[in-house]
Amino acid sequence: MKLLAVTACPTGIAHTYMAAEALEVAAEEAGHEIVVETQGSAGSTPFTPEQLAEADAIILAADVEVRDKDRFAHLPTVTSGVKKAISGADQLVEQAVAAATAAPADRSAEPVLAVKQSGPGAASKVRGWLMTGVSYVIPFVAAGGLLIALGFALGGYQITEAPKVTEGFDWTSHLSWAALLFQLGALAFGLLVPVLSGFIAYAIADRPALVPGFVGGLVAVQTSAGFLGGLVSGLLAGGLIFWMKKWKAPRAIAGIMPVLVLPLIGTAIVGGIMFVVVGQPLAAATAGLTNWLNGLSGSNAILLGALLGLMMAFDMGGPVNKAAYAFAVAGLSTQSQTALLIMAAVMAAGMTPPLALALATTVRKKLFSEVERENGRAAWLLGASFITEGAIPFAAGDPLRVIPSIMAGSAVTGALSMAFGSTLRAPHGGIFVIPLIGNPFGYLVAIVAGTLVSAALVIALKSVGQKQKAAAETVPAPRSAATV
Amino acid sequence: MTDQLITADLVDLDLPSTSRQAAVTALAERLAKAGRVTDLAQFLADIEAREQQMATGLEGGIGIPHCRSAAVTVPSLAFGRSATGVDFGAEDGPATLVFMIAAPEGGNTDHMTVLAALARRLVRKAFKQELHDATDAAAVADYIQKEVGA
Repeated sequence: MKLLAVTACPTGIAHTYMAAEALEVAAEEAGHEIVVETQGSAGSTPFTPEQLAEADAIILAADVEVRDKDRFAHLPTVTSGVKKAISGADQLVEQAVAAATAAPADRSAEPVLAVKQSGPGAASKVRGWLMTGVSYVIPFVAAGGLLIALGFALGGYQITEAPKVTEGFDWTSHLSWAALLFQLGALAFGLLVPVLSGFIAYAIADRPALVPGFVGGLVAVQTSAGFLGGLVSGLLAGGLIFWMKKWKAPRAIAGIMPVLVLPLIGTAIVGGIMFVVVGQPLAAATAGLTNWLNGLSGSNAILLGALLGLMMAFDMGGPVNKAAYAFAVAGLSTQSQTALLIMAAVMAAGMTPPLALALATTVRKKLFSEVERENGRAAWLLGASFITEGAIPFAAGDPLRVIPSIMAGSAVTGALSMAFGSTLRAPHGGIFVIPLIGNPFGYLVAIVAGTLVSAALVIALKSVGQKQKAAAETVPAPRSAATV
Repeated sequence: MTDQLITADLVDLDLPSTSRQAAVTALAERLAKAGRVTDLAQFLADIEAREQQMATGLEGGIGIPHCRSAAVTVPSLAFGRSATGVDFGAEDGPATLVFMIAAPEGGNTDHMTVLAALARRLVRKAFKQELHDATDAAAVADYIQKEVGA
């Protein structure tokens, strides 16, 4: 049998390696092959994609969190403390063999190679960081998005206007329950960008980067910089802390560097930059966009629909998306026919990105990681509920391929919705407000068309990328796992 | 000279065995005397902090008090042998072989590989037997140094 093992301990200098040695000896004695990834302070060499693909089972012997566990989702797993691996390695090997025999590794489910199969070089490193952030964000998107969708389903689109649950909750009113679900979901969504930013920073420079990453992400929320702002703050915080960690600290403060000095200085710098350098110009740009859109009101309706579609998909909840959405909602108060057309186009264009990616993960599983596929399942409902943020995990992990694809599809949807003359009187609600839509059939056609366009583009672009990756040497960049 | 992980003066074949603290302190003092630990009090505190997380005693009569500490200048090993044994919290009884591993805070990867190699030796029976049978400090230091290949 071919076994894998990961060993890790709090200090990362003794038990990690003793356990590795003990497991190697025990496996050899029992006549099995084993490869051990020591996540300790001497740096660790990650398993190769081949090793992951060929393995029959994995032993996780660790007293701290094992890094990148997602890689092993397809393998029968034996877990234990690290000490147990030192004194009882032969038993663990036995258990792993038994587990592999009882439930063979799921070879149909490709392991998370699409993510980890990264060639050397800066681009793949950046992708690794982004994917770490994304993997932490996905549960927030799924849980928050579904809560919001449930809120809409139960309470209708006006649920956004419901009073705060803290200001009165009626146990017997379904509207109260809807408001509760919606407001919880909104809170979870509020964490989306900070969590993305925080864990991108964490992937780059470990724990000291968490605070500047999270706070930078919060500033991105405050300044309406959206998830693209979160990507910036996460990379910024990670890079800064990574660099600061190389400082030779005086012995007196060396001990408090990671818990106090680095987070303190890092947060001040990253937060400051996000507010002053990113936030202010962004606010000005958003105002400019809004003015520009208002000036376009009289122009060609189909072009306007396409343009709004591009904007809706560009940053999904960021400033450009908000400008387009606010433009549409502001028009609603006039109740003019044009305004209703615009509102319909904007909502349709906002629904296609998650739907397109859900479709792409369904028809081309192998182009996506396991976590992305999970997110794909939730994305069906998120898209149908006009929760464009459902596509953020995909876009954050691979912005250069995903964002242009979904922009194209949303532009098609926006233009078609305009062309079909669909109208909408509600500012939100997705499929739950279909009864309020004028020409609903044309509307659905527009959405389906845009979804197909985006899904096809994502698949095409990702397939090209995969081939290039396969051609390049597939040696994952070594990373130092400082399990201190 | 300080490239050596261990030298004869870091070996104590008659380790004070009244308590874990006594044994640890004796080894730590050797490290301090050799200039490998700059601040004995801090180093002992760091060792103790690690010990509090989880006892470092292992089955087969081994104790491995260890830490990464800002008070450590070079990766070092101090070795002590106790005839009666010192309790390091292992389930099967006291430790007769005590390896104190001192790693500098934020030490680079090259340094750490030496300690990784050492840790790997600790689980080998032949390695332990050799240290049980050794009679002289210089020979112990030479043997360990040769085994970890640094």
